[in-house]
Amino acid sequence: MRISLMTTCLVDVMAPDVARATVILLERLGHQVVFDKRQTCCGQMHTNSGYYTEAAPVVRSFVDTFEPALDTVDAIVMPSGSCAGCVRDQHQLVARHEGDSELEERAAAVSAKTYELSELLVDVLKVTDVGAYFPHSVTYHPTCHSMRFLKVGPRPLKLLRAVDGIEVKNLPESDTCCGFGGTFSVKNDATSDAMVTDKAANVVRSGADFVVAGDVSCLMNIGGKLRRTGAAPKSIHLAQILASTKEDPFVPSETILGRSA
Amino acid sequence: MSTVHLGIPQVRPQHASPSSTLRGERGFPEAARDALADPTLRENLRRATSTIQTKRASAVREVRDWQKLRNAGSALKWQVTDHLPELLEQLESSVTAAGGVVHWARDAEEAGEIVTALALERGAREVLKVKSMATQEIGLNEVLAHAGIRVIESDLAELIVQLADDTPSHILVPAIHRNREEIREIFLASMPDLDESITDEPSELAEAARRFLREKFLDMPGSVAISGANFAVAETGTMVVVESEGNGRMCLTLPKTLISVVGIEKIVPTFEDLEVFLQLLPRSSTGERMNPYTTMFTGVHEGDGPEEFHLVLLDNGRSAVLEDPEGRSALHCIRCSACLNVCPVYVRTGGHAYGSTYPGPIGAILSPQMTGMSGSDDPNSTLPYASSLCGACYDVCPVKINIPEILVHLRTKDVDRRRETRGDFHGTWDMALKGAGKLMSSPRAYDLAVRSAGPLTSVLGGKNIGKLPGVLPLIPGWTDHRDLPKPGASFRSWWDQHEKERSSADGTTEPDAAPDGEEQA
Repeated sequence: MRISLMTTCLVDVMAPDVARATVILLERLGHQVVFDKRQTCCGQMHTNSGYYTEAAPVVRSFVDTFEPALDTVDAIVMPSGSCAGCVRDQHQLVARHEGDSELEERAAAVSAKTYELSELLVDVLKVTDVGAYFPHSVTYHPTCHSMRFLKVGPRPLKLLRAVDGIEVKNLPESDTCCGFGGTFSVKNDATSDAMVTDKAANVVRSGADFVVAGDVSCLMNIGGKLRRTGAAPKSIHLAQILASTKEDPFVPSETILGRSA
Repeated sequence: MSTVHLGIPQVRPQHASPSSTLRGERGFPEAARDALADPTLRENLRRATSTIQTKRASAVREVRDWQKLRNAGSALKWQVTDHLPELLEQLESSVTAAGGVVHWARDAEEAGEIVTALALERGAREVLKVKSMATQEIGLNEVLAHAGIRVIESDLAELIVQLADDTPSHILVPAIHRNREEIREIFLASMPDLDESITDEPSELAEAARRFLREKFLDMPGSVAISGANFAVAETGTMVVVESEGNGRMCLTLPKTLISVVGIEKIVPTFEDLEVFLQLLPRSSTGERMNPYTTMFTGVHEGDGPEEFHLVLLDNGRSAVLEDPEGRSALHCIRCSACLNVCPVYVRTGGHAYGSTYPGPIGAILSPQMTGMSGSDDPNSTLPYASSLCGACYDVCPVKINIPEILVHLRTKDVDRRRETRGDFHGTWDMALKGAGKLMSSPRAYDLAVRSAGPLTSVLGGKNIGKLPGVLPLIPGWTDHRDLPKPGASFRSWWDQHEKERSSADGTTEPDAAPDGEEQA
């Protein structure tokens, strides 16, 4: 299949290895990945903060980038549950707020082909064992938008359990929010801090070496707290685990979500 | 937007009166800091909410058609909001036909005046109260106290709050922020006859409250009681009060005069509809299959119960909520408080941080709509932001109020108001997001910015970014609490290299879209 990669702005800048891993993984599975450099951002930060008018040109730019290729690609993939959720649930709302019914229709067409990574693998590419190797213990944080808005359900865990060498450990209070919430993490920083403190403590309690999720935003939050408190577990994106093989294993770097090999 | 007519009397939509207890003095982020810094409060909340949450989950799990019940509850509530004027007229005539008297109060002041006048006319010096959110919201106890009438709360938790001169912090469990030891201290300080050997065992504390209240119930000649209602049946004029302790039933049956203050949204169309809500409410609220006491009363009956019944129908901002098609389903709330117990924000900050009678996720969408958001310095303007939009509240809501969606809608309203007010769209966030929006809709500039992020931050030492000075806007909110990965080479720089290697390996060239859009992928 021909798959268009929307890295998301956060991944492109703050966690480039997650996008790299997505490319490596999909190519290893025999698919062709395309990356359109006109892509910017899905506009989630604007929409969730109430800036629909300022989000509108971002949404338009997104649609302008991905719409022309709809006939030549089989799917658009985003390694982020919350960004995929924004494309699916909010792009049309933004268009409606601006009274732009044409954009609303075009956004709907693009969103119909847009998938979060675990959805793409399990539902579209029909694969759960991707041939990955990751000889470490992990605990899975199901991120709110993946779990409650996209409803990815057990897909990421199915993918993880099929990884060779992995040990999946239980995360206490796994379905509680990590406290990221976009601008919430800064506007209500004290409350957000109380939430991520508890989440990081639960990750430590799980006894796992890594906390894995499908959203870089939440992983930056949890990973940032783990690092600040000097706790041992590191955060890692699902794509980074699935891209790891015996020949080219994932070795974390000191940078949060970074890879040294 | 169309004006919604509310039947008799017809009123224009208006916000709640300022005297209502729907707005705190400080914004949420500041108010939350105090609560977050109080370890006893944190522990009290964590314990209590996790217990109720677990109970609720198991009570809900055993109902096979729970999702269908939620759909039914939601559909009935939409029917009510869609036909409120007609239903209110119907309720008025059925209550009147059953021998009750209907009063219309458009705000807290009118409701307070009506109730005060009724109580004074009957010579009441003390009145008994059944736990009620509507009377909390209009500050009725204080209004009556001002008129020289003493109010006695009959609900155990409400009594604790009243005796401590405190305010409720939870819809169902007003004293959730208090633990057993604290409650013992409160009782000892305010019940003069209480034996000091009392322990903090819940049964002993409940017994103390029972004795204190029984004297009040039995010693009220010519008495007046005040209640709210969970439901008001338009078809029959029946009021429904659900409770756990039975004190409510004492108040509803013993006094000569009963006054019920009920929000106009509490209507259900027919008696049969109660079948849905009486299944949804107890399981969502206390995690019980059925609440211990359900009292239904219809007008007056000679020789049975109160001789007089007065129904005060309260608007106080509800018409303003009704006016917004995207926000009005906040009125569907049946006050179960399930959303509070699952909210990761509420569980950590408690109810007082919200500054309103209605705390938690439902309060964050209800309070600002009832009062309006008057500007950036309005504490209620901060409420729609008091959420990480995790969506746990929507999952548990028995009438499927899409709280996260309404939160975002209210943020949009708040931002739109600022944008449309000349000279008011220049806050730090306004500037930052305006700038980011511009950058993120210009592929060429964005491409350059992404590629420069690594080199620009390379001046900072280390592999991650630690604490930063407070002079920088926005970023310290993050770095005060957690490290931030330091950007290195962007993904797109890696992609350029990858493309080159790939095309030289298979001898083909993939058409590459330039960021300026001159080429099509």
